[in-house]
Amino acid sequence: MDRKIGMRIILYGIVTLFLFIYGMVLAQAQQKTVILATTTSTQDSGLLDVLLPVFEKKTGYFVKTIAVGSGQAMAMGQKGEADVLLVHSPAAEKKFVAEGYGVNRRLVMHNDFIIVGPLGDPAKMKGLKSSAESFKKIASAQALFLSRGDNSGTHAKEKDIWKAAGINPEKEKWYQQTGLGMGQTLSVAAEKKGYTLADRGTYLALKKSLGLDILVEGDAILLNIYHVIEVNPAKWPKVNVPGAKAFADFMVSKETQEIIKTFGVDKFGSPLFFPDAGKKEEEL
Amino acid sequence: MSLNDSKPILEAQNIEVERGGAIILSVPSLLIGEGEILSLIGPNGAGKTTLLQTLSYLLKPVQGEIFFKNEKVNSKPSVFEYRRKIAMVFQEPLLFDTTVFGNVASGLKIRGMNRMEIRNRVVEQLDRLGIGHLSGRSAKTLSGGEAQRTSLARAFAIQPEVLLLDEPFASLDPPSRESLIEDLESILRQTRTTTIFATHDRLEALRLSDRIAVMNEGRILQIGSPEEVMNHPVNEFVASFVGVETILSGRVIKKNGGAFVASVSGQEIEAVGEGHLGETVLLCIRPENVTLSTRPSQEGTSARNVFPGRIEKIVSLGLYQKVQLNCGFPLVAYVTHHSLENLSLQAGREVAASFKATAIHVVRRKEKGAQKGEMG
Amino acid sequence: MFRSLEFGNCLLFGIWDLEFGYWNFVGGQMDLIFEGIKKAFYLLITFDPEVMGITLLSLEVSGIATLISLLIGVSVGVAIALSGFPGRRLVISLINTGMGLPPVVVGLFVTIFLWRNGPLGFFEILYTPTAMIIAQTVIAAPIVMGITLAAIQQLPPKLRLQILALGATRLQMVWILIKEARLPLLAAVMAGFGGVISEVGASIMVGGNIKGYSRVLTTATVMETSRGNFDIAIALGIILLLLAYLINLILTQIQQRERPK
Repeated sequence: MDRKIGMRIILYGIVTLFLFIYGMVLAQAQQKTVILATTTSTQDSGLLDVLLPVFEKKTGYFVKTIAVGSGQAMAMGQKGEADVLLVHSPAAEKKFVAEGYGVNRRLVMHNDFIIVGPLGDPAKMKGLKSSAESFKKIASAQALFLSRGDNSGTHAKEKDIWKAAGINPEKEKWYQQTGLGMGQTLSVAAEKKGYTLADRGTYLALKKSLGLDILVEGDAILLNIYHVIEVNPAKWPKVNVPGAKAFADFMVSKETQEIIKTFGVDKFGSPLFFPDAGKKEEEL
Repeated sequence: MSLNDSKPILEAQNIEVERGGAIILSVPSLLIGEGEILSLIGPNGAGKTTLLQTLSYLLKPVQGEIFFKNEKVNSKPSVFEYRRKIAMVFQEPLLFDTTVFGNVASGLKIRGMNRMEIRNRVVEQLDRLGIGHLSGRSAKTLSGGEAQRTSLARAFAIQPEVLLLDEPFASLDPPSRESLIEDLESILRQTRTTTIFATHDRLEALRLSDRIAVMNEGRILQIGSPEEVMNHPVNEFVASFVGVETILSGRVIKKNGGAFVASVSGQEIEAVGEGHLGETVLLCIRPENVTLSTRPSQEGTSARNVFPGRIEKIVSLGLYQKVQLNCGFPLVAYVTHHSLENLSLQAGREVAASFKATAIHVVRRKEKGAQKGEMG
Repeated sequence: MFRSLEFGNCLLFGIWDLEFGYWNFVGGQMDLIFEGIKKAFYLLITFDPEVMGITLLSLEVSGIATLISLLIGVSVGVAIALSGFPGRRLVISLINTGMGLPPVVVGLFVTIFLWRNGPLGFFEILYTPTAMIIAQTVIAAPIVMGITLAAIQQLPPKLRLQILALGATRLQMVWILIKEARLPLLAAVMAGFGGVISEVGASIMVGGNIKGYSRVLTTATVMETSRGNFDIAIALGIILLLLAYLINLILTQIQQRERPK
């Protein structure tokens, strides 16, 4: 019937119209959007879930948190697809800023990595102060080690330690790369009774279900330092400059630093992060 | 082309249809009278389907025009209007996936008719075609005959001014075919719907049509009343296609139990079969059943029908000879070379032709309601 | 690739998930699955707002994408099925290839287009549900198109003529043909919907899995898994299965509507 055909055409029109309006409305919302590129472990710690609502309420900006690996986060910054970065890969960050992609690199906080392993500790490394030494022990004992293998900040740190130990574990049978996030990698390590490098935050969150012990901690190299970097608008004019600045300022502000200081205490007994705004990196 | 004196309802002029660079249909002129039943016969690929589809404007001719009631059908709106006044039924029922009722109503729904009216029309057509009891059934569960009846009901429901049928009985089994042809015949006569139908069955054509058109290779070779075409085929092909039967139209004047006598061109022919007094019947006589003799007497034969006549023409058909006679009505006989020589048959010779009453194939035609002109 | 490990006294079999590149542990771990079922139940019963939000967004995004794919897919599919033009075979083979497009690849290409500095960047719809709808439409439309194409092509060729002979306009004819092919067409809708409600690669890439904004059941499941929260992940998975089942139940009902005897 002609009527039915007519109705179909009207339906077409309505849907198209709806889409158009939807898109327009969204575009409007974009004006007050900040794209934050950060790492999965940062997001998984839950810190942002606490901080972002405060920021959004205060400034009215809508923050889009894109949680990817450090490498990808900085790649996004390089392409101007993010407004501000919150990452923890100092070497790569310095290069990033040196090459002109980022400005106002500011220290925000740090947490640390720990080396965890099975209860029996076959490599006998418990209590060692040097992480490089403990890695050497793993290699000589040919104990199972799980690496994230995903170019994340954690993975970068791990590679640094192997380098410091003078060992290349790549082709070894006891060295397995999961390509997974921190939480999953920990689960795999727990199930396989292997060693791994993890950030304290994720470990604490999963501690109960894991059955892995903290074996080495406190070594300077194990510090995981977070900086906030604004993407350079000179290279990419579409960057939301005021939004990025607002976020970066927020991260180093006193109130925020206070929140960071106490985050995780009630849940895990100890804080997950240590606020460092204003300090110099070398001081830590 | 003989035509009864009713106005042409449909006219095709200079039609040419092309496919793949070749001309597959060429019809210089075709007129179809209102209320007449025209059949198209011919071998496969003769162009019957093409002609039907062109006449319904489902196929666009590369040149030529179609006139419906004297108005040209060519622009989009006129084609559309025209199509809504005609109906076409194909060899396959092509029913929709719904009930029988839904199918028959589909043409009406397309025209935006209201539900009450649709209901009335559909019920009427279902009864007419004897499928009222199938109204609620799914089309997929119908037998061949039932499905084709549904297709016909669907066509009639829209009350078409011209009905086109493309070998509608071809895929039915003989009993269903027979029953459907009968029912269709009465409906067509009753409603006087102008009908054009294609078939490869000569008997069907004989039975239903007012005129027959013989087609081959995209052309109409001959068009005329059944007797004309059958008895006076215009060329070899037509002759061989229609079969060289003698077809005579006669009126029943006497009845004798299981036989009757029909008056044909003033002569009396006895035939076996049913026939009511005063009824017009067609008598078909196969040439091989006609015996010729040079002796005028009736002795020694059991044939009741003996007629003196003159040989008009003798044509050699290879194994035998075709002898065309004039006995007051045209008659065709086959004789062997041997007989030809023995009897010294030649054109102009007077002979006696005889055939048995049992050798005549009788075709009874239903009466039209208020005929508009004579047939044949 | 298969791996097996021991955990407790259960044997776990790991399968390398080719699409997303992580270990999918199935098998033996009954406790975990049970935990998941309990959690799913709990989340649903209490109408946990976050889960409700995620579920509704899944439905909305995939629903709209399927609807648009339906419109585009059916019209293009019918148009191609009923017409002839040079290169038709090529177009059809492209559509058939499109039916099996890897969603991650679609996600990648859509992302590249929608990047701020990309060709369609000025729309600024990357990391929005709209982008997810676009990506999912690109994934589902060829499916609907391909199946519609096949469905219409397998109708009796003379049917089209019969419909026209009944006096139908071109549009009416198309509508009637669509009704005739409603069984496979509804299957197409279910295939399209099933494909997008369950896809994750493109949704993560173009949506960003942003909490409360572009997070859907599939992306949330991946995130929870990577965090090690297997019970929540399983719960979300179960909810997704339930959702998909319900929708398909409805669609199947329509497809298999009581036929006249």
